[in-house]
Amino acid sequence: MQHDEVIWQVIRHNHCSFMAKIETGKFCRNPYNVTGICNRSSCPLANSRYATIRDHDGVFYLYMKTIERAHQPNQLWERVKLPRNYEKALEIIDKNLMYWPKFLVHKTKQRLTKMTQMRIRMRKLALKTREKIMTTPRKEKKREARREEKAEKAAVLDKSIEKELLERLKKGVYGDIYNYPADKYNEILDKEQLAADDIEEDEEEAEIEFVEGYDDLEEEEDIEDFGGLAVNKSSLDDDDVGLDDNDDEETVAVDHKRVRRESSLALRKLGNDEGGTKPKKKARVLVEILMEDRRQSTESVRGVFASFRDCEQVHRQSQEFLLSLIDRVATC
Amino acid sequence: MGAKRKKSEGEELLNEGEKENDKNNENISKKMKKEILPSMIKNKEKRSAVHAKLKHQKKVEKRKKLKARDAAEKRALELGEEPPARMTPRTIENTREPDETVCRPDDDELFAGNDADEFSSILKQGCAPKILITTCRFNSSRGPAFISELLSVIPNSHYYKRGTYDLKKIIEYAKKKDFTSIIVVHTNRREPDALLIIGLPDGPTAHFKLSKLVLRKDIKNHGNPTGHIPELVLNNFATRLGHRVGRLIQSLFPQSPEFRGRRVVTFHNQRDFIFFRHHRCVPLEFISCYMWTILCSYLTSIMKAFCYYECRYIFETKESKGSDANGKKAKDAKSEKTSQQKVITRLQECGPRFTLKLVSLQHGTFDTKGGEFEWVHKPEMDTSRRRFFL
Repeated sequence: MQHDEVIWQVIRHNHCSFMAKIETGKFCRNPYNVTGICNRSSCPLANSRYATIRDHDGVFYLYMKTIERAHQPNQLWERVKLPRNYEKALEIIDKNLMYWPKFLVHKTKQRLTKMTQMRIRMRKLALKTREKIMTTPRKEKKREARREEKAEKAAVLDKSIEKELLERLKKGVYGDIYNYPADKYNEILDKEQLAADDIEEDEEEAEIEFVEGYDDLEEEEDIEDFGGLAVNKSSLDDDDVGLDDNDDEETVAVDHKRVRRESSLALRKLGNDEGGTKPKKKARVLVEILMEDRRQSTESVRGVFASFRDCEQVHRQSQEFLLSLIDRVATC
Repeated sequence: MGAKRKKSEGEELLNEGEKENDKNNENISKKMKKEILPSMIKNKEKRSAVHAKLKHQKKVEKRKKLKARDAAEKRALELGEEPPARMTPRTIENTREPDETVCRPDDDELFAGNDADEFSSILKQGCAPKILITTCRFNSSRGPAFISELLSVIPNSHYYKRGTYDLKKIIEYAKKKDFTSIIVVHTNRREPDALLIIGLPDGPTAHFKLSKLVLRKDIKNHGNPTGHIPELVLNNFATRLGHRVGRLIQSLFPQSPEFRGRRVVTFHNQRDFIFFRHHRCVPLEFISCYMWTILCSYLTSIMKAFCYYECRYIFETKESKGSDANGKKAKDAKSEKTSQQKVITRLQECGPRFTLKLVSLQHGTFDTKGGEFEWVHKPEMDTSRRRFFL
């Protein structure tokens, strides 16, 4: 006696736990369902003769249910392994479901097609690398953000960078590019007249040495950061560096450097003598000179700026210009 | 609610602490006084009043101590004696858990290791580094902007679009074309999120988490970097792991910095966070002559007529010379002679700003499945607040 109608009435109208209703339709979550839709003809519970295809580890099996075994739920579903080959699998389905209703045969074959396509695609994807999305708990994210903020405050970045650069300047890593403290400069000026030519060659070698040794220097500096050792070579290096600078200025025939040196000498004299006694007078004089020189200066300055975009050169030339003015002040 | 609960917990802890202190006090003072602790009082109003009073007392004592300390220092200075030594504040860096992998400058093994590692060929012999920058598969919003800024920061770097190539295939391609490193910028939720630095030919792979990215256009008064090779500053890479990471970063940049360009690229490690900054610097030397300042002010007023972005660079230096001279006349700290000279550096920020945190360091090129990881960050490493790995 077939209970199918009764079963269907009960399921459909009261409650079926496999039914999932969403806005596009009613679906059946039963793993033995052939189409996946909740229908009178597709319900595996309400049809005593049913067939479906299920997949286990990439192997397809044809499951069949007949009314003869309806009283033995343990042995209800008969399983046939399907070969890998799509056509052969279709033949086997045909053979097994030979005199079955057309609807079931058709739907089973459709399901087989879909599942083989899915299997091919999954295998292709597994070969490609895909990014795996890992989640971090919110607590950790917040903790990291908080710690980062505190670390940023603890690392007073600007000051530490400036300190590091100043240390490098003191060590003489930069050579003759930047200005020097004036007291050292004075010392060097005294020594300047003595051995100028002799040191020329040495100075060049010193420069070359410096360039080669830079890599070690960098590493050394890093290591100093590690161990916290402060290497106080400042005095020695400054002297050497001063010598280098001095001789560089003499040997390298660059006009503006010479001008700068001379004018800085003048400047120092002024500074030492005056000490701010007659500032106002000087200022007035300065203004006049500046106004006179304006036309000349404008052209020169414009020329300087327009010709070349290198910051450092401009800086130096502007310094030279500045100090040449001071020179003129000193002379008059 | 949570805040209130914490407060009450704090109170209880405080009270417990007070209890211990009180016990000690009793032992020391040998008085049979019975102290009523706030925690023993059941009435909330009364209890909170007593607790507040205790706190106020403590505050007053602390202030008294501070005043006494300041007075002692002042007196010592007036008398010409040595002021009493200042106490150093306790910081997390001071109280860092001792790490046996901290590099020491006399470590021969370290230098031997340096010679034998993957970067030695770039760092010593000076083969120019060539960087390939690419992204993850989906790149959007801030990603391209960040990459264009990276291209300007790192010299000799090239950007290639990702397409859908496998990372391993990209590595092979880069090896063929003689690149020395690959940088992969990973984007998540439309923000650059992670940085993968792969050394070639068989260099280590470092995976960093990227955060707090600020692009150049968002920085006020930013500067534009020139094309000179920048100078590198690597701060605080203390342990062996940190040293290795530092060398990895160093291998991205050419080893012959052009000091005339005055570009500084800084990677500063603080508590395992690596802060990246990019500056243009000028060390200034100034003489605090009164005349000088007036001269400067006149000059700047005249030169302001020519508005040119390079002028801006110079104006800044001149103005700062003047202003700084005025400001620092007061300080006697670094004055060597009566002419009060001091060298300061002035930094103008240019280029992006971001922080990195090392997530994992893998030996060999990118291979998450089969690779050997030298260091992986695990959440259980975060349990101690005083333990850092870089």
